[in-house]
Formats: sequence, C-alpha cells, structure tokens
Amino acid sequence: MSDIQPIVMPKWGLAMAEGTLVGWSVGEGSDIQKGDEIAEIETTKITNVFESPVSGVLRRQITKGGEIVPVGALLAVLAPSTVSDAEIDAFIGAFVVESADDNGSKVVEREAHLGGRNIFYKFSGSAEDGIPAVLIHGFGGDADNWLFNIESLSASRPVYALDLPGHGKSTKTVVKGDLDELADAVIAVLDDAGVAKAHLVGHSLGGAVAFKVLDKAPTRVASVAGVAPAGLGEGVNDAYIRGFISAEKRKDVKSALQMLVADPEQVSATMIEGIQRYKRLEGVKEAIETIAAKTMPQGRQAVSFRSLVEKTDKPVLVVWGEKDAIIDPRHSEGVASTVSVVRLPSVGHMPHLEAAKTFNAQVAKHFENAEAKSR
Amino acid sequence: MQHSREFLLDCYRSMVTIRAFEERVHDEFAAGKIPGFVHLYAGEEASAVGICSHLDNRDAIASTHRGHGHCIAKGCDVGEMMKEIYGKRGGSCGGKGGSMHIADLSKGMLGANGIVGGGPPLVCGAALTAKYLKTGGVAVAFGGDGASNQGTTLESFNLAKVWDLPVVFVVEDNGYAEATSSSWSVAGSQLGRAAGFGMPGVQVDGTDFFAVHDAARTAIERARNGGGPSLLHVKLMRIFGHFEGDAMTYRAEGEVKKLREDHDCLKIFRRRVTEASLLDDSTLDAIEANVARSIDEAVSAAEADLPPSEADLLTDVYVRY
Amino acid sequence: MPKKTYRQVINEAIASEMRRDSRVVAIGTDIAGGKGSPGEEDAWGGVLGVTKGLYGEFGPERVLDTPITESAFIGASVGAAATGLRPVAELMFVDFMGVCFDQIFNQAAKFRYMFGGKAVTPIVIRTMYGGGFRAASQHSQCLYPLFTHIPGLKVVIPSSPYEAKGLLIEAIRDNDPVIFFEHKVLYDIEEDVPDEAYTIPFGEANITREGRDVTVVAFGRMVSFANTAADELKREGISVTVIDPRTTSPLDTETILESVSATGRLVVVDEAHPRCSMAADIARLVAEEGFKDLRAPIRTVTPPHTPVPFSPTLEDIYIPSVARIKDVVRSIAAKVSA
Repeated sequence: MSDIQPIVMPKWGLAMAEGTLVGWSVGEGSDIQKGDEIAEIETTKITNVFESPVSGVLRRQITKGGEIVPVGALLAVLAPSTVSDAEIDAFIGAFVVESADDNGSKVVEREAHLGGRNIFYKFSGSAEDGIPAVLIHGFGGDADNWLFNIESLSASRPVYALDLPGHGKSTKTVVKGDLDELADAVIAVLDDAGVAKAHLVGHSLGGAVAFKVLDKAPTRVASVAGVAPAGLGEGVNDAYIRGFISAEKRKDVKSALQMLVADPEQVSATMIEGIQRYKRLEGVKEAIETIAAKTMPQGRQAVSFRSLVEKTDKPVLVVWGEKDAIIDPRHSEGVASTVSVVRLPSVGHMPHLEAAKTFNAQVAKHFENAEAKSR
Repeated sequence: MQHSREFLLDCYRSMVTIRAFEERVHDEFAAGKIPGFVHLYAGEEASAVGICSHLDNRDAIASTHRGHGHCIAKGCDVGEMMKEIYGKRGGSCGGKGGSMHIADLSKGMLGANGIVGGGPPLVCGAALTAKYLKTGGVAVAFGGDGASNQGTTLESFNLAKVWDLPVVFVVEDNGYAEATSSSWSVAGSQLGRAAGFGMPGVQVDGTDFFAVHDAARTAIERARNGGGPSLLHVKLMRIFGHFEGDAMTYRAEGEVKKLREDHDCLKIFRRRVTEASLLDDSTLDAIEANVARSIDEAVSAAEADLPPSEADLLTDVYVRY
Repeated sequence: MPKKTYRQVINEAIASEMRRDSRVVAIGTDIAGGKGSPGEEDAWGGVLGVTKGLYGEFGPERVLDTPITESAFIGASVGAAATGLRPVAELMFVDFMGVCFDQIFNQAAKFRYMFGGKAVTPIVIRTMYGGGFRAASQHSQCLYPLFTHIPGLKVVIPSSPYEAKGLLIEAIRDNDPVIFFEHKVLYDIEEDVPDEAYTIPFGEANITREGRDVTVVAFGRMVSFANTAADELKREGISVTVIDPRTTSPLDTETILESVSATGRLVVVDEAHPRCSMAADIARLVAEEGFKDLRAPIRTVTPPHTPVPFSPTLEDIYIPSVARIKDVVRSIAAKVSA
C-alpha cells in the first residue's frame, strides 16, 4: 500500500480552491519521472502544465479531462505494476481530500495603511523562522501574479505578497504615483507585519520599487531579487504600457497580455477577463495612468538604480527572460560583478510564471546565499 | 383685472399669429404642398395664449396632435415650425418630427404628441422634476375632450394628486373627439371627474381670452404655491376638421359659419378691447398686417429650404450607441 | 472578494449611483411599500426585496412609491428624464408592459430622433422577466425581443451578479433610455463582486467558455445553462464557445460572427417565445452575414410557441434545459457541410 502514490489537484496560489483538469498528456500505464509534464490544469487565473511531483507508473487516471475538482482532490494514482488493481481501487475508495487548512500553511490576509489608504497583502507562513520574503508585483499586476511561487518559497520562510496602491485589492487612489509612494507602501507592509528586515523580490516596475526601498531604507532589506526589473536601464516598451492602459475590449486586452509572455497561448480567457475586471474598477485607469506617467513616461524609465546596485553590500539577483519584449534583458549587463544574473532562454517578461520551477530554485538559492553571507 | 397695453398687444399678436399660421397651413395643405397629417388649432387661440401667457421657461407644457397653437404660445420659432411642417432640414426637429412632434425642450415645450393622452404622464414627470429641483416651475397638460377619456389622463389626475404635483390639466373641449361628439363620449362631466380625484376644477368659456386668462392665473398660482393640481375645462370651438382633409360631415349645416361669426375668439377680443378703449382697430389691424407678412416669409423660407440629407436619416437615434 | 447575490448587487448599484448623483431617483410600485399603511414603511422594498433599504437611506423624495398606475408613472419617469432627472423606474414584471408600452416605445424611445437630436432621456426601466418561478403565463415572459425591436431603446440582460452590477451602473450613467432585464430566478445566485463601482460597456459580448467546435449564444439565465452544457460536452470531446452578448441592443455582432468564422457552427439559446425572438434575430444575422463560414445548419434552443404553462412539470419542459442544449449542440457538432 505504501507504494501507491496519489497525485492531487495542486494549490496554485493562495486563493485557489479548485481547478479544471484540461487534459492528460500521458496515458494510463506510462512510466512517469518526477518533473515530467503529465497534464494541463486551468485555474481562474491561468492555464499551465502540471509536472508530476513523484515518479512511478501511472496506474489510474481518476479525474477526466474537462472535470473541475477541488484542490487536494485525487487526480491520478501512481503505483508499481506489482500492485493489484483491487488494492488501487481500495486506495481510491479510502482516499480523503485534505482541505487546504490541513497542509500546514496558514494564509492570512491583512491590510496595511498608507496615508488613509489600504494596502492589501497576503502572508503565507509555514516556517516560523527564516528571514521573510516580500514579493512585489509589476505594473497592472497584483499579488496573485506570484501564484506559482508563494507555496514553494514559503516552505523555508514566511512570504508576503502585497498589492501596490492602485492595484489588486488595495485602495485604487494614488497620490503622486511615483516610486517613492510605491516604496512607502512596501515599507508600510513591513511595519504592519512587524518585519524588521526582508528579502525583496520585485517584478518589472516592482523591481524598481524594490531598489527604491533599498535606497530609502537599506536596514530593512536583506537582499533584492529583480525579476525583469525596471531601474537598470533606459527603455521600456511604451506601446505595451499605452496598450495596457487603453485596452478595454477583449481582443485589445489579449494582444497587450500576449506581449508579456514568450508563448502567446499561455494567455487564457480567464486571465484576460481578470484584467478586464480589474481595469473596470473605478479609479484604476487614473491610478495606472498616473503611475505610468511618473515612472515610465514615453517609454523612458524615470529612475536608474545602477549606481545603487553597484555600491550596495546587499546581495542582488537579477532574473531575466531572453525573449522579454517589455524591458530589454541586456539591462542586466555591465552591472557589478557581485550581482548574480540568470538569463532564461525561451522565456518572456514573466519568468516567475513562465519558468516557475527554475525561478523558485534560483530565488531560494539566492536567499540561502544571502543569509550565509550575513552570518 | 387690469392689463397693460403691452401685454394686450403681445397676446393679440400671439393669437393672430396662430390664426394666420393655421389658415395658411390650411391653404398650403389644400394645394398639396404639405406632406403627412396636420391638425389645425384655428379658433382655439384664446386657450393657448390665455394660459401660456402666465408661463416662462421654468414651466413645461405638453400638447396634442393639434399642437401648433401651444408651440407658438410657448415661444417656439414660427419660421422653424413652418420648415418642420414642410419637412425641411431647418425645421424645429430637423425635419424628422413633422407637425405632430414639434418640440422645444429649452422652452419647456415637451412636444406635440401623436398619441392621444400621451402628454399628461409626461407632464407629471416635468412637474416632478420642478418639485424635486425646486425650480418653482409648473407643468401644464393640454388635452382634448378625446384625451380626457384615455386611461393615461385619468391615471395622471390620480398620480398628480397622490404625489401633490404642480400641474394644471387643461381639457380643451371643442365638442368633437375626431368625428364623435364629446356630449356622447364623455361620461359624467369634466368637473365631476376632477372632483372625483379631489382636485379643484373650473369650467371656462374658451372663446373669451380674459376669462381663460383669469381662470388660468388661479390654477397656475395654486400649483406654483404648492397647492397641487387642478383642472381647467375650457369650452371652445375648432374652425377646421379633425385633420386637414376631413370633410366634417359630422357637423351641422352652417355650424362652422355660425361659429366663425359669433364665437370667434379674435373677434370677441377685438370687440372687448375697442369697446373699453384699451386698443383701437387700426393698431389691431397693423398687428394683423405684420403677422401676415411674417407668415408669408415663413412659408417662402420653408419652400426654399432643403430637405434633410440622407445621412440625417441615421443620426440622433441615441446619444451614443 | 465578498460573495454577493444578484439581488444585493442591484441594490448596491442603485444606492451607489444615488449617492453619486443627486438627480438619480427611484420610482415604482412598492419599491419601498407600506405608503399610507399603518404598519412598516419600506415594508417590501420591492416585491422580491431588491430595493429594500433605499427608502431608509434616501427618503420619500428620492424613493417614490406609486399607485398601480404604470402608464402614468412610467410616463412621468419619462417626462422627468426629459426635463433633468435620472429616474430608475421599475416595471415590476415585464409582462405588464402592455399598459405602459406607449410611454416607452412611442415617447421615450423616439424623443431624441423626433425632436431632431434635441432631447436627452436618461431613463432606466428595471423589469423582472423569465420563467421557473411557476408564476404562469402573465408573470413569466421574456419580452426583450419586443423592446429590442424599437430603435431608440437599449436593452440589457445581465447573466450573473458581477455582470448585473457593472451593467446597471453603466445603465444609470447612460444618457439613452435603457430597459434592464432582471431574471427573477437569478436573484439568489451568488458570486464574487467587488465593493467598488465599475461599469461594463454596452455592445460588448462576454465569452464565458472558449472552444473550437461550436458557438453557443445565450442570454440571461440561459448563459449559465450553456456554460454547464459546455463543461459537460467537453468530456465528450466537443469543445464549445459560449457567448453572452449582455445587451441585445446594441448587439455585439462582431464577436458572434468572428466566433462562427472559427467554429462554423451556431446554436442560439433563447428563453423568449420563439417567433421574432433573439434566436430568430441572430440566426438571420449569421445566415446573412456569416453564411460562408457555416459548416452546419444554424440551430436554436427555445420554448415552444405557447404561453408559459403553470404546472411545474410543464414549465420544466417549456424552459430550455441543459440536456436539450447538449442534444442540439451534438446534432451539429459532427455534421460536415455537403
């Protein structure tokens, strides 16, 4: 019996309660290695390939293509061929879906405050100690952008993911809309959570925000990981920014989002609708227009943090996709040799989504190195 | 009641304009120059002018298919009206409404209406707006004896009273609803109906401008001062048929001729003001001559104006589709 | 994000717009209830409780109860709209349109055009529609085709709570006459709906399922039936696109034609009486403008040409069902044109 391994619907993102098994890419009887792509799963946020967490022979597919099942529900069973079908039937019959609360990770939603506005953030802490990580999304995104990363990273430390002002569930009004204000939002979250010092991980504009926090409050920062970050070079794809801001109809939102990833098929209908729903909210258009005008006017990044990154003694990692169409990956070149640079082929502007496994491993390693250095 | 000379001249001018306008439209229609349907107000002028002379741009009126008189009395531009009736692009509605839909919302004229009884509910709405926005405005619903039997009219009496709206309901009873006499088609009486809804009601001789003006003042002031709705039952006569082309065979032999001799509101007004030495005949004649010229001009301009363009067919269905 | 019902979000939308714009007033029979009666004020808040609480917040000046007198109060709402207010009037059941339709289709709809572009009539008429309540023939109809037919009106049919809030806020801010159709069976349906205000533009369809084989167009309550049918058909290997046009006037013809050009197959699901319905209208559209893309006959799923029956067994046969939708989709999914 102990040789029977269940494969269950994974939890991608703290809000995920159920997923659709779009289809299996392997059949019953196949020999699976851990990490093999075995199915495609669709959530309300994204469609992605599902890699097997274990190795074994795929004996039974319980969930069929097209079915929607809760997180933790049995998708398939792997077992050596020596195990009988009857034993597998018994296993399936006895299987109990673990509810999300049982796997030990607490998900807490909180609100910090900044000048009368609410800054929404999520906290996932399955580890009691370890320097916390704070994940900062980019322009037009929200904390759910990190849905493939939070669970993995929170295995060894608490992880916070915030919604910047004007985004997600945070208050939609921005005052100046500059990096200073966005950095203050991050600091407000650190204060509210009682975190003295954290690893900052910032994507795109969020990368520049992370650098700004390093600039303003270096004692609060343990390390910085920039994911295709703004702040290391001049240009940014203005057509994308304009397109994202002005897009209202489906097809326009779709074309904008497709610029973000190397494989345009990854942009799902629900992703598009999620952005449409976000942009319809009162105040959003003004907020993102203000932020864009302040931080990325006419395709130019307003602030460069190259010299800060040169001079800082905090460990810095930069992860970039070679196919990034929004910010040129060559901005990662020629910065200090102390900066670790990871460039991923076949990946666009969203390495944390497009190559989550590799990304998670690189960032975890970067955290460990940073902590080892500081001991 | 004392009236200033200016006031009397203005009112006479307005009534003469209506008469001249309608008679000219009657002639042009007979000559085949005017498309569609027209319903003429000639003979009823004292009602429109006697009532509308109390109103300003805060106040709204809704009219009927027989709307030219109310339009002119409320201040609509005569030249634009003529062009509208001719279906030309310079018309009050760009040529897209026609005789039965002339309106000018900027002057509180909610429109002539092709639906009998279409006006009273709209007037309740305009009165609601005036009351809500505290403009001090009132709203006047003109309807005929025919409209007085429509459910919409009776429901509007009820609603205006229940909501305590600043409305005056005017029943212009010319004795005929299309080809049917009001003595047959109206059960009970107009005043009885008003009383039935708890509203004050007054019957007035619609051929006597001064009587209409007096009764209207009371009703309009009552509404303006928060006293709620009331009814004016104005008995008058129409010179022409229900519509142009109506042979009027439902009327008695010589009936119209007699009405024009003895019950013409213009003649009655003239007699009254000259006998009281308020105005003299030559002044009144001069007004008539001026008005005749302006109607000539309006007709020439209407004949010369162009119809709407093909593109105009598709415009103004929505503010934004 | 909080879960809210269709009923709640309609109330929320009206309240937030009334706070935002003092010209917005609510008018209808028993939208508060209890007027002049010895018991509670706001006794009903609408026959199904949709407008409950508005009277308490906004008072009798802005929440106006009426006698049962549709031609007068719908007409008054029209007149008020034309003279500066922004009324949200309620026609309790769309089946009652007969007693006030003139004020809607001959007056409100036509002012702007008839008066040469000089009128603005920003009225919203909210109305309940649809079967499944066992309310029988005179309280269960889907009469949106009659209103769609009239140039000058806009017709909105929200299919879910999220849709209802955004579309109603859009309707109240829109400057044309809008008829807003609320399916009475949907009032208790729940969904995540933001607290903030948002608008959904008219004339843009929502695609609720994406597929390759068949395009299904559905309205109102039928959208969720079509979604369920699509999910179940996926397991049979038939992949279905479901389009919710949201508004029948204006109608997003582009999304429908584009989808049919990809799938080649169209099914329209319409709960309205079948003659001169939206099913007929969209079939005409695609037959005329998308003919070259069709690989199978256009099919529709509608009730029969009868009044809505009372007895539950009959009503359940009458209303298009998920099973019937699946059957019809299957019937053309495998067909290839000759």
